[in-house]
Amino acid sequence: MEDFTPISGFVGGLLIGLAVTLMLLLNGRIAGISGIVGGLLTLRGRDIHWRAAFVAGLVLGALAYIATAGETGSVRVLASLPAVLVGGLLVGFGTRLGSGCTSGHGLCGMARFSKRSIAATATFFGVAMITVYLTHHAL
Amino acid sequence: MASGAVRTLSAMFCGLVFGLGLAISGMMNPAKVIGFLDVAGDWDPTLAFVMGGALLVAVPAFRFIPKRPRPVLEDDFSLPTKKTLDAPLLGGSALFGIGWGLVGFCPGPAVAALGTGLPVVLAFVAAMLSGMALYSWLSGKAG
Repeated sequence: MEDFTPISGFVGGLLIGLAVTLMLLLNGRIAGISGIVGGLLTLRGRDIHWRAAFVAGLVLGALAYIATAGETGSVRVLASLPAVLVGGLLVGFGTRLGSGCTSGHGLCGMARFSKRSIAATATFFGVAMITVYLTHHAL
Repeated sequence: MASGAVRTLSAMFCGLVFGLGLAISGMMNPAKVIGFLDVAGDWDPTLAFVMGGALLVAVPAFRFIPKRPRPVLEDDFSLPTKKTLDAPLLGGSALFGIGWGLVGFCPGPAVAALGTGLPVVLAFVAAMLSGMALYSWLSGKAG
C-alpha cells in the first residue's frame, strides 16, 4: 500500500480549503466539481465560461505540481479497464443524481453543516468502504 | 458586478489552487484513496488529514462569508437551498460510492489527473462524462 503522508495531506487540504473559500468569496459559488463539470454538459451561454475556466485551472494546478515535483508516476490506478469504465459511469451518474461529490457535499456542504450533505457524505464514504472491502477481501 | 472576464479569471485561479492542493495532498492518486477506504487492509489515514485541513479553512469561511451583502464579483451568492433528505440524494450518493470504491477516483482528482495524460485517466473521465450526460438526458425526459 501507499505510505502515510499526513503533512503533505494536511498542507494540500489547506489549499483545497483556500480554493473553496476564494470561490465563495469572489464568485459566490460552491466549488463542487461534479456540479461544475456536469453543468458544462447541460448549460448554454455565459455560465459556460467560468465553469470551463475552473476546470482548466484544476488541470493546470495539477500540471504545475507534476512539472515541479516530476511525479507523473504518483497516479496509480489499480482497477481493471472494465472496472474503470463501470466506475466512471457510476461516479458520473451518481454524483449528478445525488447533487454532489466529495468536494460539494463532502467539503462545502459539511462546512455549511448541511443535513443533506452530511447524509450524502456518510452514504458515499460508507458504500465506498463496503465496495473496497468486497472487491479486495471478500471476492 | 464585475466583468465576465474577471469572474472567469477568478474561477480559473480557484480551480488552479484546488488542483495544486489535490496534487500535493496525494489524493490525485487512486491507490492512496483506496488505501483510506480499505479499512480492513493496510489502512492509510491520509485522506482524513486532507479533509481536516480543508475543513479547518472552509468551516469559518462558510460561516462568515455568506453574511456579506454579496460576493466580491457577483450580485448574489448561489448556494443550495434544499433542506430535505430524499431518495435521489441518497441513491445517487450510494451509486457514486460504488464507483468511487471500484476505482478510487472521485470527480475532482479524476479531472485534475487529466494533466498526467495517462490513458486510464482519459477512459475514466470519458465514462464519467457519459454518466453525467446520461443523467441529464434522463432527467430532461422526465421533466
